[in-house]
Amino acid sequence: MSTTSTLARPGSLQGARLPQWAPWAVAVTAVAVAVAVGLAAGLHSRVQWGLMAAVLFVLGTYALSAKVEGRRQAKDRVATSLVWVAFLLAVVPLLSLVWETVVRGVKVLDGYFLTHSMGTVADAEPGGGIYHAILGTAQQVGLATLIAAPIGVLTAIYLVEYGRGPLAKAVTFFVDVMTGIPSIVAGLFILSLMLMFDLQPFGFAGSLALAILMMPVVVRSTEEMLKLVPNELREASLALGVPRWRTILKVVLPTAIGGITTGVMLAIARIAGESAPVLLLVFGNPFINANPFEGAQASLPLYIYQQYVNSAGSTAAYDRAWAAALTLIAFVMVLNLVARGIARWKTPR
Amino acid sequence: MAKRIDVGGLSAFYGAHKAIEDISMTVEPRSVTAFIGPSGCGKSTFLRTLNRMHEVVPGGRVEGKVMLGDEDLYGPGIDPVSVRREVGMVFQRPNPFPTMSIFDNVAAGLRLNGDHKKSSLADIVEQSLRGANLWNEVKDRLNKPGSGLSGGQQQRLCIARAIAVQPKVLLMDEPCSALDPISTLAIEDLIGELKEQYTIVIVTHNMQQAARVSDRTAFFNLAAIGQPGRLIEIDDTERIFSNPSVKDTEDYISGRFG
Repeated sequence: MSTTSTLARPGSLQGARLPQWAPWAVAVTAVAVAVAVGLAAGLHSRVQWGLMAAVLFVLGTYALSAKVEGRRQAKDRVATSLVWVAFLLAVVPLLSLVWETVVRGVKVLDGYFLTHSMGTVADAEPGGGIYHAILGTAQQVGLATLIAAPIGVLTAIYLVEYGRGPLAKAVTFFVDVMTGIPSIVAGLFILSLMLMFDLQPFGFAGSLALAILMMPVVVRSTEEMLKLVPNELREASLALGVPRWRTILKVVLPTAIGGITTGVMLAIARIAGESAPVLLLVFGNPFINANPFEGAQASLPLYIYQQYVNSAGSTAAYDRAWAAALTLIAFVMVLNLVARGIARWKTPR
Repeated sequence: MAKRIDVGGLSAFYGAHKAIEDISMTVEPRSVTAFIGPSGCGKSTFLRTLNRMHEVVPGGRVEGKVMLGDEDLYGPGIDPVSVRREVGMVFQRPNPFPTMSIFDNVAAGLRLNGDHKKSSLADIVEQSLRGANLWNEVKDRLNKPGSGLSGGQQQRLCIARAIAVQPKVLLMDEPCSALDPISTLAIEDLIGELKEQYTIVIVTHNMQQAARVSDRTAFFNLAAIGQPGRLIEIDDTERIFSNPSVKDTEDYISGRFG
């Protein structure tokens, strides 16, 4: 289906090359063949079509290139096409997830939805909103950040600037272990404390569990950022007769602050979507509760879950759940963008 | 302002490894003393023991005496932070603080130590930049980041930063090794001016440079790889380069080894 654009002259450094459009032609052909085979064999799953197209694309590229350009070029092209296939495999589910959420979420997402609570709206009926859930998520995540960010950053400073010997090793080990704690376990830990002191669910309990989940992420990212600060800067400051703590505060931290902020923001984004600990500790509440220290609160992930579970298949509740999911994704995306912005703005030039 | 340094029986260690052994010498005030010798012979290590920067390295340890004026830097109750305010240092690679402007870089030592008045700060910064022969080049862009300067300018900025805290002694660890000949010349001229006020110790791999800038030269060597470095001899620069009293020194200077 394609010919060489230039013929190789013997003894020349110029080898036969496939034309620029060849990979695209192979891709189109592969997709066409896959669709044809899929239709003919009555395969319903689009995933099967896609996989078939991917395999055909890689094989076709190799065969064509090996024939025209030689084995080495063929291997090069196969590696390139494998990278592209892997990229598409990673991106397609992500894009389809975002697309699906946007399409289903925009139905009820409006000003009213964002500024009203569920109140007395029954789960299966239309109406209501997520203001109470947004408020709850903001407060719980905010309080968790207030606890976890300073402890995490200080721990990282200890590990990088001071930590020597067994204590530092132990801290590193337990940070690693904490990274792997399932969120439900963090929730159960706080729940056991709550039961011990005979407390009812309240927002701050959720914050504590979220803080446990957030801390190791902050420690890890901050540690990496502090390690990137050149030792020469520390020495330059120390050689000026600046005490160690001031060197860390005025030279090391400002140099790394962009990366540290990014790390904290990403950690926030990670815990904002946690539902297990919130389910155990905050319980959920259709009314607005602006006090995180007393009484059950709502939160976005929990709201999504409850709309789905309690609605007995009502379309109105499903729409609300999708709209809340879209809000949550938007919130996390905005946080990511802000983090990138801060990193770019604060990076020393 | 400048002070004499008297070193007696000094050894420095990295953990169990002895890097330099039993070094004794006197560094005269208001003069330039150059340290020469092959790589790994402990020149830089020795230099860093003179303002207690050696112990910043994990496992760094020092035995012996370093007298600055009439105080032992390693005596009991001596605060390394105060030592470093008296004995400033310029490093091999220019290392201005990347988050700070040119002005803030020079003011860093004073600001970070918290002992300054706002009004005098601008004066001190100007004096230091003039002292480092950099004022005319940067006076219009004091608020620009220091990392935007050329390598030679950055190194002079670092010198300005070091002299802004008005130390008694200035240690320079191969200050020109990352610079081009023009910038090197600028720094060498500067060293000649600075020695009117400061005691200067400079480590260099460039023997012409040692001959050009220094009044006295110390030659370091090590018996074999893994052995601690030792001071072979210290004498007037002219004598070291014309008629050294030790054969090793002559061999090194004339390029027969190292």
